[in-house]
Amino acid sequence: MVSPILELTDINKSFGHVQANKNINLKIKKGTIHGIIGENGAGKSTLMSIVFGLYQANSGSIKINGKEINLRSPRDSIINGIGMVHQHFMLVENFTVLENIILGFEGETVFGEKLQKAKEDLQKLCNTYNFNIDLDATISDLSVGFRQRVEILKSLYRGAEILILDEPTGVLTPQEVDELFKILRSLKEEGKTIVLITHKLIEIMDLTSEVSVMRQGEMVGHTKTEDTNKEKLAEMMVGRSVLLRVDKKEIKKGEIIFKVNNLSVKDDLDVTRVKDINLEICSGEILGIAGVTGNGQTELLEALSGIRRVESGNIELFGEKISDHNNFLNPSLLKEKGLAHVPEDRQRMGLISDFKAYENLIFGYHDQEPFSKSSILNNKEITEYSKKVMQEYDVRPNSPNLITSNFSGGNQQKIILSRELNENPKVLLVGQPTRGVDIGAIEFIHQRLIDMRDRGAAILLASVELDEILSLSDRIIVMFDGKIVGEKDNKNVTDRELGLLMAGVAE
Amino acid sequence: MSNTVVDKSKVPWWVSNVIVPLVNLTLALLVSGVFVFIAGENPIEAVKLIIYGSFGYIQGFAYTLYYTTNFIFTGLAFAVAFHCRLFNIGGEGQAYIGGLGVFLVAINLSFLPVPIVWLLAIFGAFLFGAAWAYIPAYLQSKRGSHVVITTIMFNFIASSLMIFLLVDVIRDTNQMAPHTVKLPEAIWLPSFEAFSGILGIKIRYSPLNLTFLLAIASLFFVWFLVWKTKWGYEMRAVGHNTQAAIYAGISPHKNIIIAMCISGGLAGLLGVNEILGVSHKIQAGFPAGYGFTGIAVALMGRNHPIGILPAAFLFGILYQGGSEVTFEMPNITRYMFVAVQGLIILFSGALENLFRPQIESFFVKRLNREVSA
Repeated sequence: MVSPILELTDINKSFGHVQANKNINLKIKKGTIHGIIGENGAGKSTLMSIVFGLYQANSGSIKINGKEINLRSPRDSIINGIGMVHQHFMLVENFTVLENIILGFEGETVFGEKLQKAKEDLQKLCNTYNFNIDLDATISDLSVGFRQRVEILKSLYRGAEILILDEPTGVLTPQEVDELFKILRSLKEEGKTIVLITHKLIEIMDLTSEVSVMRQGEMVGHTKTEDTNKEKLAEMMVGRSVLLRVDKKEIKKGEIIFKVNNLSVKDDLDVTRVKDINLEICSGEILGIAGVTGNGQTELLEALSGIRRVESGNIELFGEKISDHNNFLNPSLLKEKGLAHVPEDRQRMGLISDFKAYENLIFGYHDQEPFSKSSILNNKEITEYSKKVMQEYDVRPNSPNLITSNFSGGNQQKIILSRELNENPKVLLVGQPTRGVDIGAIEFIHQRLIDMRDRGAAILLASVELDEILSLSDRIIVMFDGKIVGEKDNKNVTDRELGLLMAGVAE
Repeated sequence: MSNTVVDKSKVPWWVSNVIVPLVNLTLALLVSGVFVFIAGENPIEAVKLIIYGSFGYIQGFAYTLYYTTNFIFTGLAFAVAFHCRLFNIGGEGQAYIGGLGVFLVAINLSFLPVPIVWLLAIFGAFLFGAAWAYIPAYLQSKRGSHVVITTIMFNFIASSLMIFLLVDVIRDTNQMAPHTVKLPEAIWLPSFEAFSGILGIKIRYSPLNLTFLLAIASLFFVWFLVWKTKWGYEMRAVGHNTQAAIYAGISPHKNIIIAMCISGGLAGLLGVNEILGVSHKIQAGFPAGYGFTGIAVALMGRNHPIGILPAAFLFGILYQGGSEVTFEMPNITRYMFVAVQGLIILFSGALENLFRPQIESFFVKRLNREVSA
């Protein structure tokens, strides 16, 4: 038997307490397109980063063509014929395609004959695989799809035999996806091996010949693509033995107090990420937004928190339209009307990591009594208050004077939650409330959210953890590609159904 | 694990805030010593002269404190803006325009009771400096023009504007030089010698005056503003994490403008010292580089009033002691001391992290050993 081009044996990798990869075994045959599928945080990207030399495994071995190799940096990987195209491209925007490709690979000189030679070689590669790229174009003038091709070309030029693509279609339009797939197929025909990391089942079924499924850091199955179907894969991907369920009372639904009407939002690259979304939440209800990261949930929450421009549409609180300023919602106004927000990315938005804990505990409420009177902060009052809520929310250590970045992720999250929930908001927006939070804290946070609901708050919960959505929500909507692709009552929905919706397979 | 990576939370405050700046300062002085040696003078003698010149006799010490006064204002000016992560390089121009404020208020309102003239003149200095900083602040917050660029340009504009005014508009027409008339003596700020005269000590002239107390008060003001008020809190929030600030309903635009205006106002107070306290008229180019040196003072003082005070004092010593050295040692020119200042800025600003990891890990290890022993 021919030995596989890439063989991983018992790969283990942990970051602190989190084990991202557990005893991973993987064999990839030469000249195939091999899919690796799994939810967010399943460990796919970590595994491939190990193969590309960005991370070093704690244990395990990597063989290429049956020969064990030691990958200490991406350089080693490139020498061994491994190339990787990242989710976020690593290109210098104001350089040309040619300059980007030879960057760091110039040899002795980047002028004259050598450059001409490189250009000729690249042109040949382009023609072989129908890349259709102008080598002298500046990167900043290229669309996302073309930039990705530049990345692929770069890997090929450096002699990649194995090409790893991390979620390559996340940033592409449907037409660009078709083009990409054509290129990948022709690469395969030329004998290259492609590893495709994705969470989209359609792509797996469409493109790959073999597929490996990862879940929570473990490899849960390998199969030939022709022997499986989307339903089976979805089950492998999301199915789990234990389901965290929270005790919660029967829903006591009140009237609609929060509405989003025809909301559209663009991201920084000017791509529309939220497409004409409508939703409403009643008092005493938790509405869960399920979906794989990058399907518009982040942009939706950012727009609702006032840091991202609203392209069109509006929101209503208690039947009253909330006016915006230059298309930005005003966070102070929302706060005044009884809306609290636990942002998705706590480091970037929820708190200021260089501030002391007590300063973050009043963040956004700092100009209210008793924290400040006529613009002067009442530090004594704030510290006492901080001690009290840190006790109540079990923030450890209970030291308000400690710099926030010294708290663990879970405790930082508790700082935000205590701040946002303390005011007893009528409407609560929560994004990824338990991301990077340990089990004990998860239970605590979940219980707090349920308590809020039972007190009659309307809660919008966005999470990529399906467990969390299922155990907390009363009603679930699924976002895919910026649209709501399905709405389910929590009582009669299965993981599998949601998994399919999340992977973009229509019902 | 690499031995230079240190858990920041375990580093005692005095290591990063006292030991590290002292080590950097020592290094800068050592390198300066080498220069002095190359120039053909004895570095030890030079140090002795510096110490004698700035502490050795009462007049010298008064000069040191006079320089310190100016550095406190410009150092605080830079620090306040920096807490909002704005690099206000325009202290020089803001001080210049601040001087105009002092003079216009004092000369036009000199009929009022003296203490009121002083208060109004201080206010005028602050207001004019703030107004000069407002324009770059507005351009930064609304148009995204970087304050580093605009404040530098505004230094030149301030300089040209003042030359124009001093030559064509407010020049003392009885004189050829570009300066204004003197303010009436009744409203001059009391000088140090006047005070010592009351106490019965006769000393020779020094430019030290009551403004020194204003500088000390400004240190308290900045400390209170930045750490005890809602404005300081919001400025710091915007500076550390703009997106989080927006999320919390704090306006970056408003805070950029507030921080820059307070910063410009503080720089403007330098005009009080120079015009109401020392020369009693506007002379061309009176800010004389204090605005720029203030950046170094703030960097060395880690942008905290408690650090800015000793840093300003140190630069005061260098200025005063330095002039003593250039007087006594013919091989050492005034520019040598500009180079020394440059070295201090280099070691405490640009190369600040050169030895920090080693020093911090050294102390952390030592302290851990003590704990476990």
